[in-house]
Amino acid sequence: MSALLAVDQLRVRFGTRRRGTEVLHGVGFEIAEAETLGLVGESGSGKTTIGRAVLGLVKASGGSIRFDGRDITSASRRDRRELAKEIQVVFQDPYSSLNPAMAIGDILSEPLLLQGVSRRDARARVRTLLDQVGLPVDAADRRPQEFSGGQRQRIAIARALAPEPRLIVCDEPVSALDLTTQARVLDLFREIQQRTKVAYLFISHDLAVVRHISDRACVLYRGDIVETGPVGQVISHPEHAYTQRLILASPVADPDRQAERRRQRRQLLDSLEPSGASA
Amino acid sequence: MTTLIPDPADQQISSVPRRSVWRQLLRDPQAIMTGVIIVLLSLFGLLSPLISPHDPNGASLDAINASPGTAGYLLGGDESGRDILSQLFYSLQTSVVSAVIGAGVALAVGVIAGLVGGYFGNAVRSGTEWLFSLILTFPGLITLIVLLPLTHGDYRWTMLVLGVLLSPGTYRIVRNLVLGVKKELYIDAARVSGLSDIRILGRHVLYAVRGPIIVNTAFLMGTAIASQSGLAFLGVGAKDVPSFGLMIHSGFNNIDAAPLQFVWPCVALGVYTGCMVLFGNSLRDAFSGPRPKRQKPAQGLRLAATAAPTSAVVDGERVDEPMLAVEDLGISFPGSTGPREVVKGVSLTVDPGEVVGLVGESGSGKTQTAFAVLGVLAPEARVTRGSVRIEGRELVGLSESELRSLRGRVVSYIPQEPMSNLDPSFTVGAQLTERVRRTLKVSRQEARQTVLDLLARVEIPDPQRVFSSYPHQISGGMAQRVLIAGAVASRPRLLIADEPTTALDVTVQAEILDLLRGLQKEFGMAILLVTHNFGVVADICDRIAVMQGGEIVETGTTREVFHTPKHPYTRGLLDAILDESAPDGDSARTIGAAR
Repeated sequence: MSALLAVDQLRVRFGTRRRGTEVLHGVGFEIAEAETLGLVGESGSGKTTIGRAVLGLVKASGGSIRFDGRDITSASRRDRRELAKEIQVVFQDPYSSLNPAMAIGDILSEPLLLQGVSRRDARARVRTLLDQVGLPVDAADRRPQEFSGGQRQRIAIARALAPEPRLIVCDEPVSALDLTTQARVLDLFREIQQRTKVAYLFISHDLAVVRHISDRACVLYRGDIVETGPVGQVISHPEHAYTQRLILASPVADPDRQAERRRQRRQLLDSLEPSGASA
Repeated sequence: MTTLIPDPADQQISSVPRRSVWRQLLRDPQAIMTGVIIVLLSLFGLLSPLISPHDPNGASLDAINASPGTAGYLLGGDESGRDILSQLFYSLQTSVVSAVIGAGVALAVGVIAGLVGGYFGNAVRSGTEWLFSLILTFPGLITLIVLLPLTHGDYRWTMLVLGVLLSPGTYRIVRNLVLGVKKELYIDAARVSGLSDIRILGRHVLYAVRGPIIVNTAFLMGTAIASQSGLAFLGVGAKDVPSFGLMIHSGFNNIDAAPLQFVWPCVALGVYTGCMVLFGNSLRDAFSGPRPKRQKPAQGLRLAATAAPTSAVVDGERVDEPMLAVEDLGISFPGSTGPREVVKGVSLTVDPGEVVGLVGESGSGKTQTAFAVLGVLAPEARVTRGSVRIEGRELVGLSESELRSLRGRVVSYIPQEPMSNLDPSFTVGAQLTERVRRTLKVSRQEARQTVLDLLARVEIPDPQRVFSSYPHQISGGMAQRVLIAGAVASRPRLLIADEPTTALDVTVQAEILDLLRGLQKEFGMAILLVTHNFGVVADICDRIAVMQGGEIVETGTTREVFHTPKHPYTRGLLDAILDESAPDGDSARTIGAAR
């Protein structure tokens, strides 16, 4: 199996050994080249923690993370610098993820310079990147506060693309955006993937977003993966009770279909809890 | 989807001019005046060997208590026959050196320790914390005096020690700022890029916290100068270094013979340190950005009140009157180039018992419209035109106390962020009881029972436990139920819900929507639901009003708007909705069939 990223029995604990809580209880999944794996879950499910563990921002307390056959579970800062060429990130909050004091050009070129790219080449690359994400070239001289949320997210995507990575961890990258902006940014993600063959670990609480962008999906519930499969199958034929509950709870943007879904949700809840208690 | 068409909106960058701190300072008369005075006085100090007419310590019998204007002694001489002007120049030099050493050491120690203590883990922070708490315990002045044998009376060494004694203040400022900045995602992004800690601290963290440090520096310099003068006044340290403190001391002794000798150094010291503090204030204003010009809010309200029709106010209980009628409502905020209108003539009605969704993207003005109905607009906002009537009663122009009598009784509110709308220092029960007692005017015992009933009504499993819990002990969904309980306590006829489920998980959202639907039926409430989520609208609303750029572009029944949207903006919004079940048919149906 030639998985690009292979996570196996990953455990993460927060806090001290005696008084900590385990937030991931041994999760495993694989992502192939040019594939998008969606991670769906509600708050507290541990989906963000998985992304941060892959990025090396939190320590794993058990299990392994392998990238391209290499064990990166506890990579050193030096190894991380090497890995930064291969694994990149786009965060949720486009307002906090760009340093407000730096010009866009500097934000984009900083990781390139760190990789040993010359200043001139970096500048040229920044121009290409801005073009790729659909921003004007003169954006390089401006600061983050001059851009809207959607534009900032494009800048964050450009920063992630800068070193031509093979995997991008996307942590709720569109959930802070307006509906129309969200659709355009998702199209940008797909377009980039078709061109560069990058793989995405796409973390979201929004089933519709995951349905739209992913090839396969994992459903997380309280630190465990309860269901994995091709995204169409997971969403259309959910097997696990939690996945069913999640899908029926997501409102459809159509009054008649939503009324039907609401009825089915009641049915499901009543069948799960014969007492009829809803909360 | 293979080709990327750049959207015009994404190519457009806001034309808000980038205003640098410098530009900001140059627009502030206080900054210019104090800045010029500081530079001039500092220059006098630095150039004192060149511009002083006399040796500051050189005494001449002719100049003893010479009056100002004596040839060669512009400001006269002191009790020992030294030239006062020359002494002032050299005192300024002493002050400049004191300020640089004192503030420099405090900054060097405080900033470095603050960066390290704030950025690295808890163990390191405990260490720095302990160290600086220890420094804080030293009594400043006494320490400086006790250390005299070590500093040999040299004020520069004394200032160095003073710098260390002042460093805890700087340390705390920097440490707190760094703790905040550390959580910013761009720091995580830098770590993912493999930047070393030193580089992250130097390039990202230090840059982000520089403002308050610069402001603090101005105050530190003033403190250093004042301390040096104070010590010299007390006679601590070398007597041959000219200093404002020594001059004031000597002038004080001689105050009967020549009072002006006391005035000169006092004025010079006062102006110099005062300017530093004022300049520090200007710097702080400059870093916190331009402030919009204040407007008188009352003016706009009065204007609107006279324009609004008052015919229907008579009874308030007339049957044909809609629950809520907003007519041609305009709201403006002060901007950098004059008032900016965010709501531009919105008209909207909600009938009794009806659920109306006010839908729009961020910045469409939907929340401001809702706030106007509640009468809780920000103080700088102005209602420029139009009227808001609840059951025929005009709200625009009402006083705060009249509005308060409506809020909670006739109209209630559910906010977006349940947690930030509960006071963390009181129990849930205490907050709800207080609210119920205020609106229903009942005894504490009755209020308590009402609250417990309400908590049970909003389907909280263990009302007694939640009643005595603090907000941080309950989940977000539970907190929203608590707020809903509070909102419906007085059986309001109109409920304004501002994105009530946006902060919640979808499974919780579905439960809250069920709850709202049930309460709406039971109490016959009208609900104005502000949201950006079309799924929520489809679930609960009877009618929809779509807002764009401060205007309502389309209204209609929910079914009409979803199935036959008329306005292109509405069509665009509906097209942008990602349908989770698009290619494989309706998933819900499949689940239903499987059961």
